[in-house]
Amino acid sequence: MSRHSAAPDTALPPPVERYTVLGWVYKNLLTPWYNALLTLLALWLIYVIFLPLARWAFTAARWEVIAVNLRLLMIGQYPKEQVWRIWLALHFLAFVIGLTWGSLTRRWRSPALAMMLLPWGLALIPGFSSSTRTHLAILPLIALIAFGIAQVAQSAARRQVIPLWVSYFILFILLIRGLTPPEGWFPIVPTNLWGGLVLTFVLTVTGIVLSFPLGLLLALGRRSNLPIIRWFSIAYIELIRGVPLVTILFMAQIMLPLFLPGNVQVDRVIRAIVGIVLFTAAYQAENVRGGLQAIPHGQYEAAYALGLNGFQTNLFIILPQALRNVIPVLVGQFIALYKDTSLVAVVGLLDLLGIAKAVLAQPAYVGTQREVYLFISAIYWLFSYVMAYLSQRLEKALGVGER
Amino acid sequence: MGHRDSYIPFWRDVRFLRFFSQLLFLLIVAGVLGYLFQNMLQALRQQGLVLGFSFLRLTAGFDIGETLIPYDRSSTYGRAFLVGLLNTANVSLLGILFATLIGIVVGVARLSRNFLIQLLARAYIEALRNIPLLVLLIFIYSGVFLKLPQIRQALYLGPIMFSNRGVFMPWPLPAETYPTYRLILLAGLLAAAGVGFLLWREGQKTGRPPLIGFWSLLVWLIFATGGLLLLHPFRLDFPQIEGLRVVGGRRLTPEFMSLWSGLVIYTSAFIADVVRAGIQAVPKGQVEAARALGLNGFQTLRLVVFPQALRVIVPPLTSHYLNLTKNSSLAVAVGFPDLFSVSGTILNQSGRAVEVIALAMSIYLSLSLLTSLFMNWYNRRIRFVER
Repeated sequence: MSRHSAAPDTALPPPVERYTVLGWVYKNLLTPWYNALLTLLALWLIYVIFLPLARWAFTAARWEVIAVNLRLLMIGQYPKEQVWRIWLALHFLAFVIGLTWGSLTRRWRSPALAMMLLPWGLALIPGFSSSTRTHLAILPLIALIAFGIAQVAQSAARRQVIPLWVSYFILFILLIRGLTPPEGWFPIVPTNLWGGLVLTFVLTVTGIVLSFPLGLLLALGRRSNLPIIRWFSIAYIELIRGVPLVTILFMAQIMLPLFLPGNVQVDRVIRAIVGIVLFTAAYQAENVRGGLQAIPHGQYEAAYALGLNGFQTNLFIILPQALRNVIPVLVGQFIALYKDTSLVAVVGLLDLLGIAKAVLAQPAYVGTQREVYLFISAIYWLFSYVMAYLSQRLEKALGVGER
Repeated sequence: MGHRDSYIPFWRDVRFLRFFSQLLFLLIVAGVLGYLFQNMLQALRQQGLVLGFSFLRLTAGFDIGETLIPYDRSSTYGRAFLVGLLNTANVSLLGILFATLIGIVVGVARLSRNFLIQLLARAYIEALRNIPLLVLLIFIYSGVFLKLPQIRQALYLGPIMFSNRGVFMPWPLPAETYPTYRLILLAGLLAAAGVGFLLWREGQKTGRPPLIGFWSLLVWLIFATGGLLLLHPFRLDFPQIEGLRVVGGRRLTPEFMSLWSGLVIYTSAFIADVVRAGIQAVPKGQVEAARALGLNGFQTLRLVVFPQALRVIVPPLTSHYLNLTKNSSLAVAVGFPDLFSVSGTILNQSGRAVEVIALAMSIYLSLSLLTSLFMNWYNRRIRFVER
């Protein structure tokens, strides 16, 4: 809108180049001479890689292994009559996402909004039951309603975003786990029945949420002027960051039962979560430390001058500013953890990768490794890519680094 | 000082509070760790085990598929650890080397003016960055390398043979003239050093920095290739099918190939992004200024763009090297006997969970610390010197 109202002394933007199709091809693909060679090379690569791939995918691949086992891959052995709880959790999630997005932007035609409509695209794929279709169809509607609510009362909605996400986490775990004994109205589903994509998300979400307070304390500890606390934090962070996650998961599976008194039993999923939390906390600490370092020292001095003590300074002055800067990095950490949770398959948990291995162990599906692993790669890729994209938009919406 | 201070009660004295809070923290940490340790000792006592590393001298009693040093089932646990460590180091170093090369190529391609090349590079980066490495590794292992045809129908890429038993490639074996060739290589080294020294002195005199590395390398290469052509110090050993097996050449197992290629492909996508960001971080004005000063294209790259891009590239590159080394522990999923997977076997054989995990973790920690020490040293060397 400001393009035409530019003051006469400011420089005009360079003119937009316009091409005909042939002109574009000539400029971008054929000149100078080595560019033409590169184009040939690229075409050859596409021919060699993608053509056989497409031929295999449409003729030789046995995709029925996915169609038959889709439910297993998504929710593991979660009891059939309790699946509504997972859908309910998804509907709440759609609401929270819609509200968050609506509170951050005023643009209706954003591509992020188009991503919210993704479930409608999924519903078009043949083979789903009608109840699955209905749920998929409702999801974007809920998101859009929440988006609309947030548009109407944007500033009010913005204040509710973070409490909403925190309470959503508790609700999510409650819904998946249940509350009452098996015969009650809301039975507890034991963790050995959790599996597939649901378990992957449970591990990711609990890992991020529970590691955050620990990481926060470690970050503050690393910047503390009390030497013992600082050295302890540094030692912890560097120790954890220096070893692979798989060794920590292994340790959690094998050594945790040793560390606890003999009568305490911890189930495998909890053990994996402990390992993930201990691991992620070290990385979270470094993320938060990055946010803390961006706070100018004057803020501390001003807080002290106002008579706040160290605790109050951190709580009311420093952390609110630091954490706002850290949100996009946290999303990045979330994506990294989402991919890293696949390592729990190595210690025998049935997450998305673990259950894929279990599917392949069935005699009927011998030799379908390519189909199954390509499919779960696509699922990992889809969520990770969408989240990465949304975090870029979030960064812009929050205006991080633009002050 | 002195008298007025005594009006402050000790529980509000900052010095006391600092001391006391740290003491309290130390006590809590020591208490928790002590409690956990006590539980562990008790649990171990029930199993009849005592902590200690003397089991490393016991006989391992299991085979390892790939070893860089002599090893058999009568070797000790300690030696098995060493085999695993060397395998980890081997695959990590080879992985870092190739991931860097491919990463640079893809990163530069990502900035190409050619639309198709740029598109391919972008697809490569975006596809690989967003899937878990473990899934990629298992896919490559069970979906590619184990699905290769049997030896009889092996695929050939030039002289390299691909089959489900592994990749076989020609390997140079020393011939009779090899000792003479070694002397020639040594002479080449001396000549290169001499040329380097002369150039350096010339540079000191005239004040122009000469291309010492380039010319020295060239001299050495002349010696090396000359000797190679004249003496034929190596005999290429080609893989050949004999019955149901392959003799000659060098075998790379499917496990090694999957782990190595998975690590290379995955890490190169991240490195490509780092390289792209590094090149883009050099302001365009730097290139224009260099051209205005009369430097040619190559000189602009070598003297202006590259040193500045390197400064942005090296710190994240370090962390990707570290990640690759740590990620090599995923070898356990494809059955390659690296440090972690050998540790797992030792753990199962000896039942020494605590010691084995502690040992494996401390070795990974030292590898990480060594890598970051080296890269920090390199980073300090190329860092921008502020005046």
